[in-house]
This record gives sequence, C-alpha cells and structure tokens, in this order.
Amino acid sequence: MAATKKEPVNVNWAGPLNAPLGGLLTWVDQRFPLMSQWKEHLSEYYAPKNFNFWYYFGSLAMVVLVLQIVTGIFLVMHYKPSAAEAFASVEYIMRDVPGGWLIRYMHSTGASAFFIVIYLHMFRGLMYGSYRAPRELIWIFGMVIYLALMAEAFFGYLLPWGQMSFWGAQVIVNLFDALPIIGPDLSTWVRGDFVVSDATLNRFFAFHVIAIPLAILGLVSAHILALHEVGSNNPDGVEIKQNKNAQGIPVDGIPFFPYYVVKDALGVVVFAAVFCAILFFMPEMGGYFLEYNNFIPADPLKTPPHIAPVWYFTPYYSILRATTEDFMWVLRAGVVAYTLLILFTSRGCLSKLVAVMAGPVVLIAMGVIEAKVWGVVLMGVATLIFFLMPWLDKSPVKSIRYKGTLSRWALTIFVIVFLTLGFYGTQPVTVAGTIISQVGTLIYFAFFLLMPWYTQMEQTHPVPDRVTM
Amino acid sequence: MTRKIISVALLVCALVPSFAVGAGDHVKLDRAPVNLNNTESLQRGAALFVNYCLNCHSANYMRYNRLQDIGLSNKEILDNLVFSGGKVGDLMKNTMDAGEAKVWFGAQPPDLTVIARSRASEAGSGADWLYTYLRTFYRDASRPTGWNNTTFPNVGMPHALWELQGEQVLKAGQMQADGYTASVEKPVLAKPGKLSALEYDRAVGDLVNYLVYMGEPAAKSRKTIGLIVMGFLFLLIPLIYALKVNFWKDIH
Amino acid sequence: MAEQQPDKGRRCMLVAASTVAGGVATAAAGVPFVASMFPSERAKAAGAPVEADISQLAPGERMTVEWRGKPVWIVRRTPEMLDTIKKNADKVSDPASKKDMQPKYATNEMRSIKPEYLVLVGICTHLGCSPVEKFQAQAEAFASDWKGGFYCPCHGSLFDLAGRVYKNKPAPDNLVVPPHKFLSEGKILIGEDASDKGAA
Repeated sequence: MAATKKEPVNVNWAGPLNAPLGGLLTWVDQRFPLMSQWKEHLSEYYAPKNFNFWYYFGSLAMVVLVLQIVTGIFLVMHYKPSAAEAFASVEYIMRDVPGGWLIRYMHSTGASAFFIVIYLHMFRGLMYGSYRAPRELIWIFGMVIYLALMAEAFFGYLLPWGQMSFWGAQVIVNLFDALPIIGPDLSTWVRGDFVVSDATLNRFFAFHVIAIPLAILGLVSAHILALHEVGSNNPDGVEIKQNKNAQGIPVDGIPFFPYYVVKDALGVVVFAAVFCAILFFMPEMGGYFLEYNNFIPADPLKTPPHIAPVWYFTPYYSILRATTEDFMWVLRAGVVAYTLLILFTSRGCLSKLVAVMAGPVVLIAMGVIEAKVWGVVLMGVATLIFFLMPWLDKSPVKSIRYKGTLSRWALTIFVIVFLTLGFYGTQPVTVAGTIISQVGTLIYFAFFLLMPWYTQMEQTHPVPDRVTM
Repeated sequence: MTRKIISVALLVCALVPSFAVGAGDHVKLDRAPVNLNNTESLQRGAALFVNYCLNCHSANYMRYNRLQDIGLSNKEILDNLVFSGGKVGDLMKNTMDAGEAKVWFGAQPPDLTVIARSRASEAGSGADWLYTYLRTFYRDASRPTGWNNTTFPNVGMPHALWELQGEQVLKAGQMQADGYTASVEKPVLAKPGKLSALEYDRAVGDLVNYLVYMGEPAAKSRKTIGLIVMGFLFLLIPLIYALKVNFWKDIH
Repeated sequence: MAEQQPDKGRRCMLVAASTVAGGVATAAAGVPFVASMFPSERAKAAGAPVEADISQLAPGERMTVEWRGKPVWIVRRTPEMLDTIKKNADKVSDPASKKDMQPKYATNEMRSIKPEYLVLVGICTHLGCSPVEKFQAQAEAFASDWKGGFYCPCHGSLFDLAGRVYKNKPAPDNLVVPPHKFLSEGKILIGEDASDKGAA
C-alpha cells in the first residue's frame, strides 16, 4: 500500500540541509501525523496574546513532572523498597552513589516545587475563571491530576522510611479506620499488615513508581487535549475565538510556537534559578521540604513528639484537626442555615427539593456518626469541592478583573485562609490554633458554598470585546 | 486587584511565622562553632568520634575512606582511625552487640551518621543541640548510669567524655532571657577533667563539627557546584530574556 | 503576524546562542545521572584488593579467590607444566602476549611475576563463562593431543597453562591477568600492584 499523499515538508531554515531533512520529515509525515500534530498543538495553536505572570505555571508544572519522572527513574536504580534496607539505601544514594545526593535533592525539592507550581496554577484558574464553560472538563481533569499528585506525594513520602514517613503513613491510613463498619478492615487491607510494615512499603512503592505516574501522564494528556480543543482562557476571560480574521485566525491569538515557547523558556530558566538556589543552598528548606525527624529511621515503638504532614497537605490536615465534638454543633448550625438559605432564596425547584431532602439526612448522620469520621469527611470534601467550581460560579463574567467587590474579597480571604490553615497544620495543637483552624474551616467552605449567591448579587464591570495587554 | 491579593498573601506569609516563634518552647541552645572548611577541626573531631563515640554508637552509612574529604590519606585513615583488621572502605560500624547494648542502656544507642540533621528543630540547628547536649551532663546518683543531662533530661547515655570534661553538678542560678529573670538549675563544674573548660568546649566543637560534616559529606561540593550552576543560570536568564523580547516585538 | 524583521540577523543569533546554552545546560544536568550508573563507593569497597595465602598451595594445583565478584585463579606450575608452555607457542594465537590482557610485569612468556605462580581472572574472554581446569596432558574429546590447560564448557575455547588462547577458537584473547603483587613469600595481594594502579 502506498503511503499517505501529503505536501512535502519544507524546512527552509535548515539551509543546505533542507533537502535531506525535509525529505526525511516528508517520509515520516506520510506515515505518522507529524506535521498535523505539530500544527495543531504548537505552530497553529493560537493562544491569547495577553497571558501574564500567572500563565507560566502550566508549562512549569510540565517541566517539574518530567524532572520528577527522570530523577525518580534514577533513584529507583539504587533504592531498596524494604523495611530493613530502605533508610540505609537512601543514605547510600546520598553518599556512595556518584551524583546520588544531587538526584535525590532534585527529587525531594521537586516534590515541594510541584505543589507550589500546581497551587499557583490552580489560583490562576480561580482568578480568571478558567473553569467556566466551555472549560469544565479541563478543570476536572486538572483536579483529578491534583488528587493523583497528592496520592503520589503521600505514597512517595513513606519510601525513605524515616520517622515522619512511618508515622505520617500510620496516621493517614488510620483515617480509613474512622469509616463506619468497614473502616478497621479497610485500613488493614490498605496496609497489608496490622501496622505500617514492609508489605505497606512495597505496595506504596508500586503505586509511587508506576501506577500513579502512569495515571498522571494519561490525565495530563487529557488536560492538554481538552485545553487545545476549546482554547486557552486569558486574564480578561474573553473568548478570542469569537473574533477571527478572514483566515479564521483569532485576531487576539498568537501561535504558541514560537511566541509562547520562548516566553515559557524564560519562565523555565527563572524557575530553574529559584529551584537551584533551594536545591543547592537550603535543600531542607528549614525542615519544610525535608523534615528533621525523617533523618531518624522508622521506629514502630516510638512516635516523635510532634508529627505533621509535609507542608502541602497541611491545609487539609488543619481541617481534619479542627473537627472536634464541639465544632460539630457549629457545623450542624451551618447545615441548617445553608438548607434554609437554599429554601428561601433559590429560584430552582430542584435545588430546593435536594436541600429539603439532603439537609435533614446530613443532620441525622451528624448525630449518629462521631466527630472523628466527620473530620475525615470534611477533609475529603475540602479537596473534592473544587470539582464543583464550574457550577458554583454564577457570575456573568469569568475574570476577577470584571467581577464585583464580593468576589474579589472572597478570593482574597480564601487565599489567606488557605495559607493560615496550612500554617496551623504544621504546628502542634494549641487552643488558639484550633479556634483559628475552625474559623478557617468555616470560611473555606463558605467560599465555595456561598459562591452561587455572592457571584450573582454583586455589580460586575463591563467586559471588553478584545483582550487588553 | 491581582497585586492587592499578592501583597496581602505576602503579608500573611511574613506574619505567620512570627507567631510560630512566640509559641515555641524556651529551650536555649548554645551556638555550635561549625566550620566545614576547617579540616584540622574536622580531623580532631573524627579522632574524638572514633575514640569516644564509636564504642557504643555506629555510623553505619559512613565509609572510613570518605574521610579523604577532610584531608586525610587512606593510609592515615587506616593507621589512626580504622579498628585493627578493618578495611579502609568499611562502614563505620561498631563492635558492640545490639542486644547487649539494649540491656546496658535500656535502648540501642542510635546510629550517629545523620544525628546532626535529625536533631535540628525550631530551637536551633542539630549542631547547636549536640554542642549544648554534650556540655550539660551532670552527676545524678538517682540515674542508673550516675549521669543526667539538662538538655536531654533522664537520657540513657552516660557521659562518655567525662574524662575530658570532669564532673559537673547541678547548682541553682539565675537565668535572664527576654527581659525576665528565672531561677534555674544549671550544671557547674565540680571536679575538673583532663581539659580546661575552654579546651573542652573546643573539643566538643570539633566533635560537633565532624558530626555535621558526617551528616552530609556532600555539603561542601553541593555549595561549590551550586555557585557554578547559579552563575550559569544568571548568564542564561538575560540571554533567554533577550530572545523572548526579540520574538515578542512581532506582537502588537 | 510575523512581518519582515529588520533585525533578522539578531534573532538568528539569539536562537543559536539560546540553543547552544540550553544544550550545554541539558548536558550538564545529565552529568549526575550518567555518573550515578558507575560503580558506587560500596561496589568499589567490595572490589577492594584481596589477600591470598599461597603458602599451602602444592605444585600443580590451583586455588580460587573472589575479587570483585569474579573468580581469580592462582596456579602453582610445575617445571613440566612450564615446559609445555614453551613448546606451545605455535598453537596459541598470541604467544608473546602482545595484546593488553595483562599488566606490564606479566607481559612475558609465562605471563607471571614469578614463573611458578600464574594469576588469572577465571572468566573466558569470549562471553564470560568460567573455564574448567584440564591440567592432565591426555587425549580429550576436544583435542586428541591435549597438553593441559583450561577448557571453556560454554563454547569450547581452549587456553594453555599460561592462559593463552588456542588458535581458531571462539575466544579472541588470552585470559586476563589481574593486577597483583607478592606481599611476602606466601602471600599475594590481588587487585593492587607495586605501582598502586590497579586499586580502584
């Protein structure tokens, strides 16, 4: 059978190499969608020309993903996933393997860098309404990536087999214990033993090095395919595809290659400078990136005096700890208030029906099931609630630039609350810390749950027809 | 608006840790004189470590021949530091039986390879803790070993360096900190040892310096390589910036 | 969008410079990864020189010690054995040991420091099997006029009592003589020689 007939590939820029290189690419192109993919995703993918600082973090997340995969592959060459050898093998990498310390620090710093980049990437989405129609699926894929990343980080954190690895895994797996009926059996099943042990380490290793990375790669592809299907949002929240020129090219769009490739390259080198400054001069980052207690081998008989998850989990950990018996009364009041709010102000018949049915069910459940369970539930809901963003935001405009005062304050306060919860999650329990965490938890959920109201109440600003530079 | 959000966020970031310091315990640690470039101090520390610590503790992840980092030759290491019959490429294991150690001290003495990294806390670096700890042993007849420690109360370890320091006893005294005065008991020298107080502090400083080095032998090359990498990146940034600006001239 | 640039030369130069700099950065970043696959300090320590006590080794016998995970043979050759080596020159492919399969001090007819003691890495130079000893001069299935030496069971390579490979056999080279030195009359150190070069 003859190869697909296509236009010869022209590589004028290659000068004298045009003929051989062009010939090779033509040969490939007739057997593989090389040029069409290149055009679709790079040279003829038109992105809005007004991307600002916040738009660097998507490509940076990709860079960190590649870094983590490459460093991970080389660490696996030397690491031993066994309770007896794991701690020693990490120190072996740090000392005996040529260049091993550098690869290990890249991986440990990369883990924290991944979350910094992803959190900033998500914040960008929240600011400019990147989750709004028609980008709901991009947002959902992104959120699944975020959850997968948390799982990846959690599984990976057990591998050095230090005290924090061990007790962190112990505490998190025991969260399943809280679930009614199946809880204890479920947590034993997750561990494969009655405590965190060699069996647990082996399965966490399998998830960390192959299962979750595979899932993340697939999800990242889906995230980008969905993005390139509908096109990128921008700081103005203007749909550039609604304003095309005679050739069908958005007038406010510029080809991703070369313009955003060179711009993102700048982002990458600046990021690399910050990353290397941490990597080479403060790899422990004051105990936040590498916790001090994790330099003590895991000891199942002795819990360290203060255990805290790594910083990127601490906002949710704060929510978990905030859910005490007393706080349940506040939550019950919240459920009643929220049900009434829907009943009296919602225009939709369906939402009223759901509220009338769900409200009492939740209230009864809160009376029956203990606070420990609700802590776990709230922590889970706190991560999952992001999925609802596309349907909670009822503002007529996308971008924070044209939203009203309420939305702006809501987002500002949400960010402050998120950071505050994160900070108190790293600290030992104090009375003041618990109260602040409880207030923070309420505000955290209010940001999402009240969004349908405050985004409709406020006065928005007129959105321009074209993007502003 | 964006700018406002960032500035508020930065403000919070700046404020929050200052609460943290206020909430911490008032453990006052002395600053350890750590200097990884002082090879003489590191060599003295290595000798102290091998002679006084390695009897009960181990450094199971550290190889003797790595001590070439601190200016010793393989022959010097073999002659002065490795136990007879050992090889220069061996790990710094100890000869004590783990079960026996448990009986004597109530617990197996911890491995010391990364002790300086694990002892860091909000109160100070791991080196500061070790430096303070090794200088605050005092005689306490109520303890099985006859020794106690103000930095690590009821520690299972006896004072391994007592020959050098001599014996301290607890004495009531006044401590001034953050504008208030409290009466505390602190160890005071009662019976001098082989070294004067100043010499002992210096010896412990050497030992702690060595422990810091051993915690991360790559630390020095890490910083050296870091400087080169940063230098390269600071040349690369303006280049890529110029590239970006050049291309973006097309965009109006 | 892309109009005619007045500074096309400058752009071209910037692209070239960035590509080169990026390439340098990528190559430099690759260094630790490539380095990490070389033997670690642990592997080197395990491969440290080993001492062999040869005081009990009888003439005509062989002993094996492990060095870097490989068998190292020490053969105490009898005068008759040395004789056969001398007569064997036309049957082996590299009688004068011209190829660099041994340290300088063993580049001689007997391929050894002292003619009596032969030290060899017992790994066939073909595909890495360990040959077996066939010291008796007698008719063998693989050679009717066998003078004694080593026979590799994997692919039938033959070596004489100096570890020299016979002609027309799969193995291309003589067996390797590792760096070694005599510590005393009855002690050999394998893995390190007088020039201290073999020590890794």
